[in-house]
Amino acid sequence: MKKIQVTLLSGRSLSQGREKEQGKLSESYFKSVACCEINGEDIKEIGLDYGENVRISTKYGTVVVKTTAPKQTLERGIIFVPYGLWVAQVSGSETDGTGMPSYKGISSTLESAKKEKVLTVDQLIKKSFSRKKSKKL
Amino acid sequence: MSQEVISNVICTVCGCSCDHLQVTIDNDKIVKVKNACAMSSGKMLGYRNERTTQPMMKKGTTLKPTTYERAIDVTAKTIIKSSSPLFYGWSLTSNEAIAIGVDLAEETGGFFDNTTSTCHGPTILGVHEIGESSCTLGEIRHRADLVIYWGSNPVHAHPLHMSRYTVMSKGRFRKSRSDRKLIVVDVRKTDTAKLADVFIQLEPNNDYELMVALRAAVRGDEIEQETVAGVSIDKIEELAEMLINCEFGALFFGLGLTMSAGKSKNIEAALSLVTELNSKTKFVIMPMRGHFNVNGANNVTTWLTGYPYAVDFTQGFPRYNPGETSAVDLLARGECDSALIVASDPISNFPYQAAKHLTSIPLITIDPHITPTTMCSNIILPSAHVGIETTGSTYRMDGVVLETRKLVDPPKGVKTDVEILSALLKRVKSLTR
Ligand code: SF4
Repeated sequence: MKKIQVTLLSGRSLSQGREKEQGKLSESYFKSVACCEINGEDIKEIGLDYGENVRISTKYGTVVVKTTAPKQTLERGIIFVPYGLWVAQVSGSETDGTGMPSYKGISSTLESAKKEKVLTVDQLIKKSFSRKKSKKL
Repeated sequence: MSQEVISNVICTVCGCSCDHLQVTIDNDKIVKVKNACAMSSGKMLGYRNERTTQPMMKKGTTLKPTTYERAIDVTAKTIIKSSSPLFYGWSLTSNEAIAIGVDLAEETGGFFDNTTSTCHGPTILGVHEIGESSCTLGEIRHRADLVIYWGSNPVHAHPLHMSRYTVMSKGRFRKSRSDRKLIVVDVRKTDTAKLADVFIQLEPNNDYELMVALRAAVRGDEIEQETVAGVSIDKIEELAEMLINCEFGALFFGLGLTMSAGKSKNIEAALSLVTELNSKTKFVIMPMRGHFNVNGANNVTTWLTGYPYAVDFTQGFPRYNPGETSAVDLLARGECDSALIVASDPISNFPYQAAKHLTSIPLITIDPHITPTTMCSNIILPSAHVGIETTGSTYRMDGVVLETRKLVDPPKGVKTDVEILSALLKRVKSLTR
């Protein structure tokens, strides 16, 4: 399966901003953030059509999201994932002494995840954060 | 009951703090909002969705209903027992609540940080070094004839910024769009860029280089290169000429600048550029603050501790060293042993490693909504929405203080951040003094 190297940008999108106000468990919020905008040539290269799932991997982690056509112009080699739980799974916590982690310009690998599912909030939390045993307070 | 229409309502979503909303209330419910952008009407009409309405506490692995009193008591004991509790969030609540939070952190010897550390932290670090020339948004509206958005996409993140305060606004001396020039600098052609008179597309992570080259061009220095950050020198010189020749310029910048490589150095370069420009014309610079009261979190924390965020009280006096005492760094190093989150959702927003540590320590969250952070919490304290269900003051992105209003009642039994935090502080004091 073909993998390509891209630069991951994350940011606010109007739909993410609007849908987060609908509630972070809502279907519309899920749709607005568990996605990845990819340039038309790049998506072809990994053998996907828009709407199919892609796996993004960085040195910090890996996550599956749905591909969408860029809403704003996007060059080849750049992908955009709106702020949210999904992009957080592949972001790093180094802050270069500033307190600010890197959410923009992270080098990533993209590959088809046609057969895999995008995890919902519940599933993702369970997978990433399940506590062994709740600490007694 | 008849409908009531309230005018000049302040929006509590982004740092623009638009104060011209018209809200219709029917039967203690908001049923219509006028003059709002999509984000704002999303909140105004959706504030009742997915609410936390009942205090909850974890027993074993499941959350069980409890009372505020009991939850506050356990919270107080948990943070007293911790050697370095983290108090984080604060950008979506009122100045009054933030002030109590600072007291609480001081009282318990913890870390007090707000969401600045993951958005405009680098901006503040840059300002410490260089200083900034600023003004109110009103002044920009009336006077600015050139506006730059650098690494900022207001069409999406601050939808009414341009129409209320900059290029599309009607000011006293600049009446319309044709009286102003709009320049956008970004790594991609955003929807804001599409409206620009001049769009400069730079290569990702090269803001610093471009900023320095632009400053050199403004100073009249010769640049011995053909391109910088993928932008031709001709274009950079042309841009410098435009900036020098404006009467009143305003540079707004967003997370595109603070988050890409260089971080605080990018901001220092931007502030230096503006300083340079002020030797030739009038120029101001302002960060595009995201959450409606993140600026308040900085201001309140500064008047109470001397520092704007990432304050460390573990030694009994305030210390400040972002990169060390900021939330993501503390958590990534596995340092805090309990956390109180107020009006924020770090589990969704923090990088995995930092979020992971949060979920391995006692986590207490005060929030109006169910979020991934409340879902991972040991204790949830539901709260009322500031600016909708309770009053409270807030700082607009330019530092103007506005008093938000109460429009409707909170869900039955739900307390405000101020009530919850005061009760918690009182309980802590009664246990420790
Ligand atoms: S631009 Fe910001 S403050 Fe103004 S209405 Fe929209 S979300 Fe609210």
